[in-house]
Amino acid sequence: MTFVKIDKKQWAQGLATLQKSYRLFGPSKEKDYYNYKALDVGEQPDFGFSNTRLSPKAILFPQSETIIEFSLDENAADHHIMKSIETDSSPRAILGIRPCDAKAVRLVNLNFDTPEYQDPYWVKALDATTFVGLACDDPKSTCFCTSTGCGPYNEEGLDLLLIEEDAQYLAKVLTDKGRAFAEAAGWNTATDGEADIDARKATAEAKITASVSMENLKNQDLMDLHGASFWEDIAFACINCGTCTFTCPTCWCFDLQDEVHGKTGKRMKNWDSCMFPLFTLHTTGHNPRGTKTQRLRQRFMHKLKYFVDKYDTGIMCVGCGRCVSQCPVNIDIRRVCDLMNNYKTDEAACTVQD
Amino acid sequence: MSEYNDKIREISQRLLKECQVDMVIGFRKGSMPMMNEPCFIKNAKDAAQLVWDSNCGINLANYLTNRTEKIGIIAKGCDSRNIVTHIIENKISREQLVIIGVPCQGMIDKHKTTSMFAGDIQDVTEDGGKIKITVNGQVNELDKADVLQKNCAVCTHRNPVIYDEMVADPVEEQNVDRYEDVRQIEAMNPEEKWNYFEELLSPCIRCYACKNACPLCYCPTCFVDESKPQWVGKGQDPTDVRTFHFLRAFHCGGRCTDCGACERACPVGINMRVFTKKLEKDSFEQFGWEAGLTLDERPPLDTYRPDDPDEFIK
Repeated sequence: MTFVKIDKKQWAQGLATLQKSYRLFGPSKEKDYYNYKALDVGEQPDFGFSNTRLSPKAILFPQSETIIEFSLDENAADHHIMKSIETDSSPRAILGIRPCDAKAVRLVNLNFDTPEYQDPYWVKALDATTFVGLACDDPKSTCFCTSTGCGPYNEEGLDLLLIEEDAQYLAKVLTDKGRAFAEAAGWNTATDGEADIDARKATAEAKITASVSMENLKNQDLMDLHGASFWEDIAFACINCGTCTFTCPTCWCFDLQDEVHGKTGKRMKNWDSCMFPLFTLHTTGHNPRGTKTQRLRQRFMHKLKYFVDKYDTGIMCVGCGRCVSQCPVNIDIRRVCDLMNNYKTDEAACTVQD
Repeated sequence: MSEYNDKIREISQRLLKECQVDMVIGFRKGSMPMMNEPCFIKNAKDAAQLVWDSNCGINLANYLTNRTEKIGIIAKGCDSRNIVTHIIENKISREQLVIIGVPCQGMIDKHKTTSMFAGDIQDVTEDGGKIKITVNGQVNELDKADVLQKNCAVCTHRNPVIYDEMVADPVEEQNVDRYEDVRQIEAMNPEEKWNYFEELLSPCIRCYACKNACPLCYCPTCFVDESKPQWVGKGQDPTDVRTFHFLRAFHCGGRCTDCGACERACPVGINMRVFTKKLEKDSFEQFGWEAGLTLDERPPLDTYRPDDPDEFIK
């Protein structure tokens, strides 16, 4: 059973059945745009979106998550003991996650689940989640996933891939988790879909015209790129807001904060942003990235050079285009990636001229 | 407004060639529709990159803070008022600036326009009062008046208030009621206001695009970034989100020009201008004050006068 046919008339019933054993998340229209939300009982995901304003990473890695609690009341036996909070790790599924966002989860996982260290909150959430992808037939002009090792029908990180047809969804079962999900929904009409998918996939891929080049990034000298002459020009417009990092599906930086009210306190894990002045601020008051140009350079060097060098799996970007379309001052990662990829130091240029 | 391009380039080229300025701050064409990118031009030969159209909503005064060079700056009405405020507040000196004034006819509301079409907007061009928007290969023609940023629709200072060069003759100023939206909120009872503000701020992700796009927000350390001691929680607790927005707005009281950069920059479409506009309305009604119109007077909230109308002190 690689392909399952889901009649749209059976869709709502299947979801209702699933909600007995899964918490379902899906895209939903909020005012002028879409975001993922926890679906209420009987609520349908709205698949009329191209992509959501924010990525679904918050379902696994919330913007603000309490991870530890403590008491400062010295009359309490357990005062000043940091106590881990049990997070909800019951089964959940993200319906209609786009292939780019699913691949992004795999990239974030490289950081949160290593042989040496595992972030327990991330790992538990990831284990509990079934990723039900929705193939992307109508990509936007800001999409460039086909050049980042992803694509509108990419299967990496997905348990099921849905392809929408007029009266039905064709579901490609990719993992045991996906199989269990389809079975729990009662979707068991096997079908043959490979040929259909190949044609649709080619059509969708052809619609993506934007791209980045990255073939030279690995061999570029790190310090040359760090000292490149273009950073001042790119950074000029930057206002150092967190729009790019907060909307990005692959940005994983977080900050730990303790908040105390009266005699009880909590430790929280909040999204951080390399755009912010507090990012990497030392207790001495010194910040190695004290200017906006340094902060902007950190963002692009991390995604397009340090990550490339460390993991050797391409760039830390899936081409979803959110930062491109939402940056208030039009700083375009596609342009920056090409500048970094094609950068030649002045010395090298002189050598060529000689 | 794109007919201003030639004049802007000609002036910029001349200023750079004659070494009157070290750089010109303006806009270059963006990589997608309805987006231009603030940029600086240092060589006369690069002046041809400068563009002007109805997608120059970012307030360029924001890029002047504490700069030491001699700067030519393209300024529409609101930018010029924020330049005045910057000069009064010693963030730049008048002598450093050559202000290239641009009479403005309003900027396109990117959020509104995007939400008007289900498909992906491929191209936006303008011709006088008409905007042509290409979606899925289809050209849709709209009146510019229907897609203006909300602040531009009620702008009463479209012409630069301070300038050294002008790229065109002044445009006619609008005679409009600026505060209809504020009065609607003022008329609400406390519970309605609470609910209204709660809903208004609920999508906020605290990216701080609003504060960082604002030319008034130049504190070396913003209160949200204070850590010794910390002033405000950094999570998504609604109290902390509100604290950020309310304090930010109050810090702009008597200084805000309603340039709309905050709302334009917001990735989740929050109209946080309702806060600053209330303070702007109060400044106008109680002190007869409009920010950034003159270099000769300080804003009402950072000055003391023995003859202040202070009836509220009993």
